[in-house]
Amino acid sequence: MHEPLLSIEGLSASYGDFQALFGIDLTVNEGEVIAIIGANGAGKTTLMRAICGLVKRQATRAEFGGMPIIGLRPDMIAKSGIAMVPEGRQLFRSLSVEENLVIGAQASRKGPWTLEKIYTMFPVLKERRLTPATALSGGQQQMVAIGRALMSNPELLLFDEISLGLAPIIINAIYEQLPALVGGEMSAIIVEQDVARAVSVSDRVYCLQEGRVSLEGASGDVSRDAISKAYFGV
Amino acid sequence: MIRASEISIVQSSRAAWIAGLVGLLLLLALLAAPYWAGRADMRLLSEIYLYLALACLWNILAGYAGLVSVGQHAYVGLGGYMLFALAMFGGINPLVAIPLAGLIGGVASMLVAVLIFRLSGAYFAIGTWVVAETFRLSFAQVSALGGGSGTSLPAGIVTAIGDGRDGREAIIYWGSLGIAVLVLAAIFLLLRSRQGPALKAIRDNELAARSLGIDIWRSKFIIYVGASTLTAMVGAAIFLQKLRISPDAAFSVNDWTAFVIFIVVIGGIGTLEGPIIGTIVFFLLRETLADLGPSYQLILGLVAIVVMLRAPQGLWGFVRSHYRIELFPLTPRAIDSQSKKDI
Repeated sequence: MHEPLLSIEGLSASYGDFQALFGIDLTVNEGEVIAIIGANGAGKTTLMRAICGLVKRQATRAEFGGMPIIGLRPDMIAKSGIAMVPEGRQLFRSLSVEENLVIGAQASRKGPWTLEKIYTMFPVLKERRLTPATALSGGQQQMVAIGRALMSNPELLLFDEISLGLAPIIINAIYEQLPALVGGEMSAIIVEQDVARAVSVSDRVYCLQEGRVSLEGASGDVSRDAISKAYFGV
Repeated sequence: MIRASEISIVQSSRAAWIAGLVGLLLLLALLAAPYWAGRADMRLLSEIYLYLALACLWNILAGYAGLVSVGQHAYVGLGGYMLFALAMFGGINPLVAIPLAGLIGGVASMLVAVLIFRLSGAYFAIGTWVVAETFRLSFAQVSALGGGSGTSLPAGIVTAIGDGRDGREAIIYWGSLGIAVLVLAAIFLLLRSRQGPALKAIRDNELAARSLGIDIWRSKFIIYVGASTLTAMVGAAIFLQKLRISPDAAFSVNDWTAFVIFIVVIGGIGTLEGPIIGTIVFFLLRETLADLGPSYQLILGLVAIVVMLRAPQGLWGFVRSHYRIELFPLTPRAIDSQSKKDI
């Protein structure tokens, strides 16, 4: 058994005086897709941000690829190979589609993902490469956000609520691309409101409740019953 | 349907070519100003160049790097005082002292940055102002530089600058023009480099930029130090032209910050053309209305309010959104390779 790609023990995070995460343990193995589910305010987005170093956090142990990542600045974490597709996409409005993608390569990591590869996967982005990114439709913007994250050639890709605010047909189209992205070299953590989808696309699932892990298991093994218990805390 | 192979991506446009040509001719005409312009006109032109440089630098700080400093007069004053100190105590030729004053301003700005970069938003703005006040109060204590009442550049130093009064004024004029060209060129190259989009990304969304591996602190630090270095050079040139310096004139928040912000906001913040338009408008207003006394400032305020309400992107933003032209080729555009038309 290989060392896990990401292994976190006792992770806490807070916004000022408000503590949002309490002693989270989480592991991600190479090539694995992890789903994080939980009600609104359970701490899913905070967990993503804590991994990326965007909120104040402590942990008894947090290693990515064998290197400790707790004290690292967000840009150093990005350079070490973690990229995020943030909630609400967060595109740069004064940059074109292509500039948004190129910015993703700021971490200057080598790997298979190039502008050309992104355009092959999402041909519509090539057609609209010079359009301001925020002038695209929601689904196309999400493609830019995914492409931008891929441009850094991450080993671990975090998807935070990528289906939020998109039409079901677009969500399906985006999730259809997922197997082409992950597996093999790249692992992923997916935060998803749609529990059924989260379970179906992932290898393992974690359920958060009020900042703690309330359930963890292989996605094939966890029952609906167990999930709803963990979800609502009943 | 146009096939991808028929599209080429260009950064320039016909408008930019014409603007470049006109700019070059204008630059040549301005270079020759000592041969055709009167003394007063040359002084006015120098002042325009230096304000243009200050406005472009503040625009880079606030409009691109998101560093809304209201204390850049700290570096204008520091640059001016360093010019006087280097010339009076170091015996250095004032023209050589201009870049040296810039370097000293740059080093000072590194130390200041370490302090004030701990603040953000409104606190950062106030912090920069406090720093500038501290500079002013400190220089007022230096009796060798005239303390609170200031000092004049000794006649011996002044006469050594150039041959006679005309020669001297021509040299100072060319120095001011040179600094403005240097500042414009530096900013243009910066925005065309890899740093350009990164800067805009930071301005648009700092959190997202940070999570993509952009070292925000370093980017802002480089911009702040670079802009402050050049601002100190501009300050040195301003007070070389005035030949006299005092703490209140050197660290004047009104002259070196408020008017500069006015210029950038009127012209269009976050665009390269904005400060140029703003400088022209500002000097047109000033030269036609300054005799009105206090009402002149009321009119400036009124213009600022009207522009902010009617054209929040400034005059250039207004023009660009209506006519889609760009004088500096910075935004890539797609054109059809055969017809050379936009698609």
